[in-house]
Amino acid sequence: MEQRTPSLRSVAFLWFGIAIAVLVMGFRQAIFLTPPEDTMGDLYRIFYYHLPHAVLGLIFPYINLVASLAFLYLRHRNPLKALSADALAVAAAEVTVLYVGICLATGMLWGKPAWGIWWAWDARLTSELILWLLYVSYLVLRRFSPSGQAGTLGAVLSVFSAIDVPIVYMSITWWRTQHPAPVFGPNGGGIDRQFWAPVLWNMAGWLLWGILIMIFRYALERRRQLAEQEAALQAIEASLEIPQ
Amino acid sequence: MKPFLKYFSHVLIHLRKDLRLEWRSRDAINGMLFFALLVVVVFGLAFDPTGFPTTTRQISGGILWVAILFASITALNQSWNREQRNQVLEAQRMAPSPASALFLGKAIANMLFVLLIEAVLAPIFVIFFNLHPLGDTRLFALILPLGTWALVVNGTFFTALGLRARNRELLLPLLLLPISLPALLAMVQSTTGVLTGELDALQIHSWISQLAGYDIIFTTVCLLLFETVLNAE
Repeated sequence: MEQRTPSLRSVAFLWFGIAIAVLVMGFRQAIFLTPPEDTMGDLYRIFYYHLPHAVLGLIFPYINLVASLAFLYLRHRNPLKALSADALAVAAAEVTVLYVGICLATGMLWGKPAWGIWWAWDARLTSELILWLLYVSYLVLRRFSPSGQAGTLGAVLSVFSAIDVPIVYMSITWWRTQHPAPVFGPNGGGIDRQFWAPVLWNMAGWLLWGILIMIFRYALERRRQLAEQEAALQAIEASLEIPQ
Repeated sequence: MKPFLKYFSHVLIHLRKDLRLEWRSRDAINGMLFFALLVVVVFGLAFDPTGFPTTTRQISGGILWVAILFASITALNQSWNREQRNQVLEAQRMAPSPASALFLGKAIANMLFVLLIEAVLAPIFVIFFNLHPLGDTRLFALILPLGTWALVVNGTFFTALGLRARNRELLLPLLLLPISLPALLAMVQSTTGVLTGELDALQIHSWISQLAGYDIIFTTVCLLLFETVLNAE
């Protein structure tokens, strides 16, 4: 049983404070301290928000997958532990939808002035959009499923999505590409040294923030599960008390 | 060899049961056929295909697959309903035969229904859209079954997934479409390539092998996870 202990609460407040402080630093770096970029000028500053959300939006799905696999493994072996894995899976999926959504929105805001169009059906954009659609459909499935089965069915769909994402990526890369090459990795374009500070501050800030809201959502889901168990228990007890 | 034969005979029994049920009611095929025909007519009215033969060649691959996709969704939605009547599904769960044999039998039956629809739909499509394919049309013998299996295997699985859900008729397309998008891309690209004759053979083959890879991967996943879905409590 997770109780809201004072120490846990102060850790949460401390984490919240640090996240806000780092985000303020990141904002200061991105908007005021870093010089404008050579070709795009001030327009480039949206990159400092676009990139962290894009990178983190690809990390949270892994948390969802690992939690889903843990749920499937623990389902019959240790049902109570499985429930916390399930809560983590929901929390990670919702943060994924949020971060990938912000990545898409900032990308469109950037694409309009930079490319002249809001949206291009290009490899990276399309696969990011399909990632977003897959996780929205995960949340829809959970919402529509009967409460006892939502965890299992959601976990199965999560495995499907995890297999689909690399296939989507390969097939669409093969189809067409307009988006610039990835910043990191073997074929990465790399970032000039003077732009490292705002990128790293924002990356750290949004990572702290994402983990914070994920844990909050996790705690909320745990409470919902415990309330559900309590209600089920009371219903059973009430049914036993019927006078003969 | 013996367990494999036994599994195969279980699949065959399920397949025969599904075919017999369909033969007696003909719900799925009649509904699908008329629905697909209507989609083709609606697109024909929307695009005026006879006036612009080049454009028609470029878009009709997409239209054909959209028609097949929507038609198979309408049929798939009903394919598990039959098992729910008189608690047949509960009996299936208790049966000693492997759960994936039930799934495979039903998926193959659905595949046969959709292939039948395609066999009827393709000539109608050619007539209504005044279509002159410029590529190697023999490749359709490969593209159509592979594409249909990609839709049907995932569709049968996700219908079972949403079986006990609220508004499950809505749920199936919401789950099936995002997962099928890479397969849909491969089907439409290869079909359009054959129709227009603009894509070179190497590219078309690469799309077809991608489609085959998708089929193999998702068939395996469906077979492995079906028991979990059937017994999700």
